[in-house]
Amino acid sequence: MECVFGLVGNGFSILVADTSAVHSILVHKSNEDKIMVLDSHKLIAASGESGDRVQFTEFIQKNVSLYQFRNGIPLTTAAAANFTRGELATALRKSPYMVNILMAGFDKETGPSLYYLDYIATLHKVDKAAFGLVVAPPNFVIKIVDKDGAREHAWRETVKHETTAPPSA
Amino acid sequence: MEAIGNAGSAIGILAKDGVVLVGEKKVTSKLLQTSTSTEKMYKIDDHVACAVAGIMSDANILINTARVQAQRYTFAYQEPMPVEQLVQSLCDTKQGYTQFGGLRPFGVSFLFAGWDKNYRFQLYMSDPSGNYGGWKAAAIGANNQAAQSMLKQDYKDDITREEAVKLVLKVLSKTMDSTSLTSEKLELAEVFLLPSGKVKYQICSPESLSKLLVKVGVTQPATETA
Repeated sequence: MECVFGLVGNGFSILVADTSAVHSILVHKSNEDKIMVLDSHKLIAASGESGDRVQFTEFIQKNVSLYQFRNGIPLTTAAAANFTRGELATALRKSPYMVNILMAGFDKETGPSLYYLDYIATLHKVDKAAFGLVVAPPNFVIKIVDKDGAREHAWRETVKHETTAPPSA
Repeated sequence: MEAIGNAGSAIGILAKDGVVLVGEKKVTSKLLQTSTSTEKMYKIDDHVACAVAGIMSDANILINTARVQAQRYTFAYQEPMPVEQLVQSLCDTKQGYTQFGGLRPFGVSFLFAGWDKNYRFQLYMSDPSGNYGGWKAAAIGANNQAAQSMLKQDYKDDITREEAVKLVLKVLSKTMDSTSLTSEKLELAEVFLLPSGKVKYQICSPESLSKLLVKVGVTQPATETA
């Protein structure tokens, strides 16, 4: 099962993705990079149909950098996320992309942010999100963040939490 | 270009806490009823407004495309369009008509006043050829050169909005052909930030404009009877 998740902390946001390329019961490779750099302050992680995933994230990446070339100013994370949603939503009624996206970014005014965008073009601004994981029993990312709240934690603390699982609540 | 030279002039000043636009309404005939309170100032989006000099029928087309562009941007990105991009998109349209034969260029100059989060307050001037530039103070329409040189003399950096209103009225009163300045011949609009941080486009009402003219000392209160 593919696994992509992310969270917003105090002054940062983080994205995590597995590196497996799976088809049915076959694991084709285990070093597939599913996180893409959009620009200096934006990351996009995607899960889903691998062809669609590469095609769509590259399309977004190229459009974000085209915007920057044309206008001399970068898109905000909110604008990039809404743009991505728009593209996914228009494609949904024509030739849909089977991709679930997490977009993380950092802006001067708004600080760190994380956006959840699923394959039917639902956009949410969130503090933590996960794709491809079993939701019940409770999603482990949500459990970690809910217990202590990532915003209060420095980067190192968050990493520590990743390694030492909290006692079950 | 010719049409703009005869059109009622418009002046804009960039202040540190806002942008001021003022336009001269040409009263062509006593019989003509002014249909709207504004005929030179147009709001393009919540954060951008413009003043026009030139052929109004052409201007209406361009204003409409500008409004559509601004809404398209908000639809795509869910945030207001940066002012320069809006000006640029409009000037691209203008430029297109200078490139090919058989079509007449748009005979309009614009002053754009706006605010965006990247460059704060901005003032742009564009001409029929599709050229545009950012200005601290600019004038278009009749006598724009005289107005421009007066602005150059009297403009100072970090001017406040209140001072800018005074300056703009003074310059307009001196460059207008008519001797007395009344609220019927003028339009004044401002773009500024509310304490809440929201951008506000405000058109000065004729009543407060009359009061302002007296306060600035361009008109005497007694001349109202004339």
